[in-house]
Amino acid sequence: MEPLSTIEIIGRVLYQFTSVWLALIILFAVSIAFKRRLGLYGKLFDSPIGMIGFALVMFWVFTGIFGAMDLIVTHDPLAQASGMKNKVPGTPLRGAEEGEYAWYLLGGDNLARDVFSRMVKGAWEVVKIAPVAAVFAFMVGITLGLPAGYYGGKLDTWLSFLANLILAFPVILLFYLLVTPEIVATGLPSYMASVLFIFPIIFVAVLLNSRYYTQPSFRTPLLIGVLGVMIWVYLALVSEVGTKVSLLPKVLDFIDMPGGMLVVFVSVVFVNSPTVFRIVRGLAMDIKTRDYVAAAQTRGEGPWYIMLWEILPNARGPLIVDFCLRIGYITILLGTLGFFGLGLPPESPDWGSTINEGRKLLSIYLHPALPPALALLSLVLGLNLLADGLREESLKD
Amino acid sequence: MGLFILRRSAVMILTAICLTFIVFFLTNLFPNLEKLAKTQGNFRMSDEAVISWLGKNGYMQPLPVKYGQWLGVLPGWTLESDGEYTGRCIKGAVATAEAQEATRFCGILQGAWGYSTVFKDEVAGIIGTRLGLTGKLMFWVLILMVPSALLIGVLAGMREGSITDRTLSTISIITTATPEYVSGVIFIAIFASSAVGLKWFKGTATSAMENANFENFFLPVLTISLFGMGYIARMTRASMAEVMTAQYIRTARLKGVKFSNIVIKHALRNALIAPFTVIMLQVPWLLNGVVIVETLFNYKGFGWVLVSAASNNDIELLLAVSVVSVIVVLVTQLISDIGYVYLNPRIRIS
Repeated sequence: MEPLSTIEIIGRVLYQFTSVWLALIILFAVSIAFKRRLGLYGKLFDSPIGMIGFALVMFWVFTGIFGAMDLIVTHDPLAQASGMKNKVPGTPLRGAEEGEYAWYLLGGDNLARDVFSRMVKGAWEVVKIAPVAAVFAFMVGITLGLPAGYYGGKLDTWLSFLANLILAFPVILLFYLLVTPEIVATGLPSYMASVLFIFPIIFVAVLLNSRYYTQPSFRTPLLIGVLGVMIWVYLALVSEVGTKVSLLPKVLDFIDMPGGMLVVFVSVVFVNSPTVFRIVRGLAMDIKTRDYVAAAQTRGEGPWYIMLWEILPNARGPLIVDFCLRIGYITILLGTLGFFGLGLPPESPDWGSTINEGRKLLSIYLHPALPPALALLSLVLGLNLLADGLREESLKD
Repeated sequence: MGLFILRRSAVMILTAICLTFIVFFLTNLFPNLEKLAKTQGNFRMSDEAVISWLGKNGYMQPLPVKYGQWLGVLPGWTLESDGEYTGRCIKGAVATAEAQEATRFCGILQGAWGYSTVFKDEVAGIIGTRLGLTGKLMFWVLILMVPSALLIGVLAGMREGSITDRTLSTISIITTATPEYVSGVIFIAIFASSAVGLKWFKGTATSAMENANFENFFLPVLTISLFGMGYIARMTRASMAEVMTAQYIRTARLKGVKFSNIVIKHALRNALIAPFTVIMLQVPWLLNGVVIVETLFNYKGFGWVLVSAASNNDIELLLAVSVVSVIVVLVTQLISDIGYVYLNPRIRIS
């Protein structure tokens, strides 16, 4: 079989992404049709920059999801094919069987694996970790930042000192200290996880309690239900049978998080929460001087009600913008971890590891390193543009 | 002002102590010590052999004691076996008389940074040479990054919303979205690859350690600068755009002052206060970039030492690395605070 020409490669790659294009078109058509009714999200479609950013982000989100469902990939990202080592893009597969995709669209890497499939699978590695890690970092940052900014005083001094302490660490040194097999063996990441993952529970508990505590008959069942589920999820997430933190029996432990993944997740949340803390603290200090806060205080509302239902909603603009930027930053951090070969298993198709493997032969073979590099670049760029568009639109109010 | 600097310095020292203690704690966890013993001794050591090796080298003492010894506030450990002494402050095994002459305290307060188990050399010497190499890199990064970032920011913020502004803003967003390991790979592919590239520059900077020239040093410098540049440029743009809407600029324009004069003589001075703090705070971030770029371009500086010390659990080298980086972070924060107060008359006078 003939090797593919450049145009054929582009055509076939675009064809592989068909499901993503369809999903994008549907999403954009629906969103633009109803944009007047969708609040800030709808306004995004008034700004070209925001739309480009959103399209780039959603492209990789859909790629990640569909890639995980095996829709886009042409080969198994871990399978090695004989004679495909470092082959250029468009090389036909030697002795391709019936039903097997006959080419390596973007070539083979130094272990003769398909670069294209690995790039697509790498998107899922980012999409499944980065947003969730950002949410956790925000929960920690908000739960600690609001009281620090609202109360000030000793509490603020101490929490700020702790935040600055973590921020003074060079990120890479921290990763090297936390994400080694030896440290994982001590169970330290699991302990850190059990502390960090409590914050969402505290956050939701305080949020609901402060809102509904005047209606005990409604609040009590609500809290029991919500917290029950959350604590179960928490225990399932934290405890891992056979490790240091093993709280739940196997039957109830429905989330099976491999140790490597947990430690990556924990360290990324740990590194990001102090920055979120500082932003939330600054916003809370600014907003607590407003008249509506004084009005709430005069009404006799409790401090947590004011923090969570008066200050937080009014701080949402900068926080949403920072949330987008933070996902981008976490994507970069995950790439950095992969680049230094920390945490994730060596054969994992995540972009950082793939770039690291590809760079060793970069002066001879370009194709294994460039696709994941450009993928990471476009995703982070999309998130930055999206944040820019959101900032512009939220300032127009 | 004096009190402010004093207070900041006290917080700085407290932070440095806390951070080094954390590093100390993490590197002295038992699995890490076990790994150290096995790499130093041999890989097939039994558990008892590991314990006895650690005991002989003073690693089995309680953590606060070890930390105090490293800091130099507690006397270093000594051990006697068969009439010969070994100890923290003693090189090799010596007789009684010599052991009594040796200094009792040897921590960083006494200027003894310890001994690197990976490089088999004094830590102070390693840190000194490597820091010099990274200093050279950082110097050129700042030379390239700061002027170009300020130029881009000022040009973009000068006329907000113009085509120049849109283009330059997009460029700065792209550079902030490109981490060093991505831009480095792309640059090597374009400029240095022997297969299809332009072959203008070299893909490694190893030779730049002795003899840096444009060909072997430009790519690493450019790679680090670009990532930081976008952020500074955006801050400068925001600050410039704000200044350009100020009343006194309008007055100057109405008086008929030339646009170039307004920008250079009236606006620039005020617009550069905010970027100054950003530039100083960017320096610790550059440290991250340095680690990545030094790995990528095989330039054996401070970042490379960090990676090799961390991956081999070289405790004393790692501690020295963290002390240096913490000092860099905190000193730049201090300078940025002082500079901000100094540059901004409104804060200085009140």
